[in-house]
Amino acid sequence: MSNFRLVWANLHRHPIRTYLTLLSVLVAFLLFGLLRTLAIWFAAGPAEGASADRLVVTGKYAIIDLLPISQRNAMLTVDGVEAVTHSTWFGGNYQDPSNFFAKFPVEPRAFFDMYPESVIDPVELDAFEQTRTGAVASADLMQRFGWQIGDKIPIEADIWPMRDGNRNWVFDLVGSYTSDVGSQGSTLLFHYDFFDEARGYAPGTIGWWTVRIADADRAPEVGNAIDALFENSQNPTKTGTEDEFGRAFAAQIGDIGLMATGILSAVFFTVLLLTGNTMAQALRERIPELAVLKTLGFGNNRVAWYVLGESVLMCTLGGLLGIGLAALLAPVANSFAQQFAPGAFGMSLPVAAAGVGVAALLGVVVGAVPAWSARRLTIADALRRR
Amino acid sequence: MFAQVFEVTAMNLRNLPNRLGSSSVIVVGIGGVVGVLVAILAMASGFQSTLDRGGDPTRAVVLRGGSDNELSSFMDTQTINVVAGMPGIVEASPELYMVADVPKRSTGTDANLIVRGVSGDAFALHDEVAIVEGRPFDPGRGEIIAGRGAHAEFAGIDIGETVRLRQSEWTIVGIFEADGSAYESELWVDLPVAQSAFRLDGGASSIRLRLDSPQRVGELAELIENDPRLDLKLYGEIEFFARQGGGLTNTIRTFGYAVAIIMAIGAVFAALNTMYAAVVSRTVEIATLRALGFGRFPVVASVMIESMALALLGGVLGAAVSYFGFNGYTVSTLSNASFSQIAFDFAVTPELLRDGLVWALGLGAVGGLLPAIRAALLPITVALRGE
Repeated sequence: MSNFRLVWANLHRHPIRTYLTLLSVLVAFLLFGLLRTLAIWFAAGPAEGASADRLVVTGKYAIIDLLPISQRNAMLTVDGVEAVTHSTWFGGNYQDPSNFFAKFPVEPRAFFDMYPESVIDPVELDAFEQTRTGAVASADLMQRFGWQIGDKIPIEADIWPMRDGNRNWVFDLVGSYTSDVGSQGSTLLFHYDFFDEARGYAPGTIGWWTVRIADADRAPEVGNAIDALFENSQNPTKTGTEDEFGRAFAAQIGDIGLMATGILSAVFFTVLLLTGNTMAQALRERIPELAVLKTLGFGNNRVAWYVLGESVLMCTLGGLLGIGLAALLAPVANSFAQQFAPGAFGMSLPVAAAGVGVAALLGVVVGAVPAWSARRLTIADALRRR
Repeated sequence: MFAQVFEVTAMNLRNLPNRLGSSSVIVVGIGGVVGVLVAILAMASGFQSTLDRGGDPTRAVVLRGGSDNELSSFMDTQTINVVAGMPGIVEASPELYMVADVPKRSTGTDANLIVRGVSGDAFALHDEVAIVEGRPFDPGRGEIIAGRGAHAEFAGIDIGETVRLRQSEWTIVGIFEADGSAYESELWVDLPVAQSAFRLDGGASSIRLRLDSPQRVGELAELIENDPRLDLKLYGEIEFFARQGGGLTNTIRTFGYAVAIIMAIGAVFAALNTMYAAVVSRTVEIATLRALGFGRFPVVASVMIESMALALLGGVLGAAVSYFGFNGYTVSTLSNASFSQIAFDFAVTPELLRDGLVWALGLGAVGGLLPAIRAALLPITVALRGE
């Protein structure tokens, strides 16, 4: 009988016990997979797809302060700045407040030049640029609301009523774009020029600037140079990389990572105790048998390896199944995550690998003591115990 | 029959110390479930009670039409005067709502902090606001009073410190409480000073009203709705606060139950495992009892009671850990509606503790049932042989 077959056969000695232990390890790693994914998503979700060569420039004292569009020319003079464009938070509701998605007035061509990961048909981009009331939607929005090109999209404004007090903005859908970066999905883009002309107040202002720089390594230097330009103006700025901006935003939601770690600690403490107890039980029952193996000439180390192997096999198997189930369930958790910020919520390979690694480690920790006792067992003592 | 149940159970429980290792699996497993469940639900109930706390049936909030929060609302002096002159208004307080970036104590990263410009009337209207440290701000000066939650959550929000809002330095002169409501997450400043610092020229984000009766809320809402001069909407304060949660309470609850259910499945497997082992180790004993004339029911009951007693012990431990570890623990999060930090305390209420213990007993019962049936069905002769 091969070594593996022997270990495998031992697992079937008490099928109920093995399955129950396996299932509780599975449950622990199901939680591991889901909670780690959630924590990582919260910490970095809004920063997903952040590009190292893009900077975000916001108002210095509050992220929501508006900035004058006249800042652009000054910014373009800063050494290392390649391109500048802007976005503004529009707010507003489509039909019902529960239909949440982002809506930004942008400069059509400059926007798609700035974010090459958002891909749009050149013909549709031309149409977007030439239609004053034009708008383009991300592919997932088109699907979610069943929009077709040519549709009129009504948005009821909350922050930005029109000049005549009318709050109902209507945009002509002229195209759609795709992006493999989740955080750029769930967005409706429309013409800044139309927005600026029609809005009721604060003409000539924007929400924040996005700046592409020539050399990502010089990001802090360029950022400081931009902030220095406006330090003593009416509208001082604060510049950071896209990644810093996203992470700072995520940190506002709260320390989800700490919460996930807390829950996982409780779970693993329990599983450690449970499997440890099971392994100790399995060993106790088998002491005479181990003595027989030793009598037949199996070495001390080999017998110890059998015991350790059994616990590692059980934990790794449970871990694999749990992580696999978590990967299947991640799309379900995705809809939960969408309430906080757009961005695809899926299990990453590092999380899965870490899970299986932790599972194997758990097997080693749990099996170590029984394996050590099995190794030290003397034949005479063990046979006498019966 | 009950004498038998009592006998067998007592014997079981006296034996427990011999099975300490395996029994502790049930205690810890179920303790973990209850602890996590109670802690997460305490977070949800703390958040909800912070939102509920501020509402008074005789108070109302007036916002610009289409806005359901103060951040996106703005109105000019003329509009404010029209509203203030309407019937049934006892006090009217125009308030300016701004957001400042201030680093949080916990992370050191900037987060959105609400700065509210209020006039003298505001303190009569918000009668729950009380200065607990320092003094009120002097009208006309760049002084700040900080809510208790803002003081706890944000770095440098202490008496004597200065905060930079726009171009000027503002000094913190006092800390206030507001009966645990969301106002405690804010900084309050003098309205005219804020209007000139933010170049807002007499405008405000909202008007808070105290009305002469709760019935007036509906009447006034209608009056404002039908006034052609005004594009405004009036909300009763209770409704207004309820909207500010943006469903977060339910999201936290759903999350808490989801995690607890997954953990509970694991804990039930652990309990089953332990109880099967307990039954197996007592095979001979159970068979002996049965041979002596003890019925099946006392055997089932004794296994169930053992399992539930261990589970209850776990539940008590878990609930105690949540209570002593988290009750009153202050955290803050980004509120969707106001786009700013709202601080709240975990509230481990008696109802949550009770629910936690009910869960523990339920899980203990589920974990004990199958092993108990197996124990009762053991054929006596086979079992006596110890096989």
